[in-house]
Amino acid sequence: MIWNPNKECMSRDERSALQGKRLHKIVEYVYHNVPFYRHKLQEMDLTPDDIRTIDDIVKLPFTTKKDLRDNYPFGLQAAPQSEIIRIHASSGTTGNPTIVGYTRKDIGVWSECMARCLTAYGVGRDDIFSVSYGYGLFTGGLGAHNGVEMVGASVVPASTGNTEKHAKLIRDLGITGIACTPSYALYLAETMEQIGITKEQIKLRVGAFGAEPWTESMREEIQERLGIKGFNLYGLSEIMGPSVSYECQMQNGSHINEDHFYPEIINPVTLEPLPKGQPGELVFTTLTKEGMPVLRYRTRDLCSLMPGECGCGRTSVRMTPITGRSDDMLIIRGINVFPSQVESVVLSMKEFAPRYMLIVDRINNLDTLEVQVELRQEYFTATFDTPAAIDELQKRLASKLRSVLSIGAKVSLKAPNAIERSQGKSVRVIDKRNLK
Amino acid sequence: MNINQLSIFLENRAGTLTKVLDLFKEAHLHIIASSIADTAQYGLLRIICSEPHRAYKELERNGVAVALSDVFAVELDERPGQIAEAARLLSEAEIGIVYMYSFFLHGKGLLIIRADKTEEAREVLLRSGLHCVSEKEIVDLWRPA
Repeated sequence: MIWNPNKECMSRDERSALQGKRLHKIVEYVYHNVPFYRHKLQEMDLTPDDIRTIDDIVKLPFTTKKDLRDNYPFGLQAAPQSEIIRIHASSGTTGNPTIVGYTRKDIGVWSECMARCLTAYGVGRDDIFSVSYGYGLFTGGLGAHNGVEMVGASVVPASTGNTEKHAKLIRDLGITGIACTPSYALYLAETMEQIGITKEQIKLRVGAFGAEPWTESMREEIQERLGIKGFNLYGLSEIMGPSVSYECQMQNGSHINEDHFYPEIINPVTLEPLPKGQPGELVFTTLTKEGMPVLRYRTRDLCSLMPGECGCGRTSVRMTPITGRSDDMLIIRGINVFPSQVESVVLSMKEFAPRYMLIVDRINNLDTLEVQVELRQEYFTATFDTPAAIDELQKRLASKLRSVLSIGAKVSLKAPNAIERSQGKSVRVIDKRNLK
Repeated sequence: MNINQLSIFLENRAGTLTKVLDLFKEAHLHIIASSIADTAQYGLLRIICSEPHRAYKELERNGVAVALSDVFAVELDERPGQIAEAARLLSEAEIGIVYMYSFFLHGKGLLIIRADKTEEAREVLLRSGLHCVSEKEIVDLWRPA
């Protein structure tokens, strides 16, 4: 099934024309409403009139996560505050999160795009659909939620946590679809086995998995253990949230809602655009966004755009699964974590040396994060000669980390100089997760 | 009457204790008594030694997380109830005992107490009639003239 054949199946020429028209409009809009972009365009001696067709996009400047940070909180917002009806936040690279405001029209576009995803997965009004992304500042929960309501299925806002209760609801309510991270799906399968719920007792048949990279072998395992068909769901809050791209029944690449989010692949070093089929960094321009439009936003996600037609009938371009990052961002339990965020917290506490190590692992399908820090010799005084005092210090760091990272971390205290110094570029992350 | 005790942070990892003890050995520092508070992640090694200030400098110079803590050493004889008496006096003065441990030194029983209010604890113990041993006395006991 296709939610909006008019847009999802339009001819390439028609779509290019629409994209060109929308690009001109959005450039004009940010030129007049966002000083940051006006200055950038003026520096490059560009005016909105120089941008007429979608091919002109290569003339435009890039936007980076740093730009969002430098303009915290509302510097890149184009719409007046009175038009903003929702604000989400995602991880920033240091203490400040990235703030994204949405107008009523943005929420409508988001719901429409999410409805396209769900319809492609085979979700309709007869389904009971559980959204098990976190609700809150994270775009996952509410983003998926709106789409489920849009297609008319019954939404169960299960959010995250309390997996046993969730498993029982899946059985007792006859829940047919779920949106969550792929690792949570495996954790759910494990919980079900532990409490004796078999896949024959449940009606689950569709899974929308995203917010973290996953592999074909994970897909096979999830499909087998839960007895469902699992589809990729891709998105990022800087662009919109979940629904930027989605797999169809072919399960071969994710269709990009490119009438709203225009994709490019660039060489992350030279910043040169790369032809279709070549792997590089994914860049998006929001073509219709009012709240916080972005031009050529560098996602840092590495993938390629797939040439050729898809058997499902949609003409929108597909992207391959994400193969990595062109920066040091980690995705832990679906949440983006930058080592620099941890650094800013560690530096804010004088009891610790300005050195740390992150150990990421996956235990029982749940990601774990350990932050190792060194006690600073000169701050280790008689005050700290009991485990109670040291534990309190540890807890203080853990709670600061939780508030900045939005996920819990285990803090391990090390003696001074215990964390290995590496020659040259220091290794701050050990990721033991093995995504085969 | 206060005693300088070394408090040393040790990760739970093979070799961390040996490294510290080797430093004592190489500097010819004598350990008179020791105790350890153990947790799942780390241990706190508490040491009464022959020259605490020199030991502190030596350990610090070698990058060990070490602190000097003020503790008291109460002498115990064979009469029952002396530890109870010390604990009662402190609790009546609303002074908390953070930790304590005891050891024998040349036939004398010694109880080490770390109190949450050092100054107040000192007053209480001075007035109590219990014999608090000084650092010098401990070292003399350990190395009879």
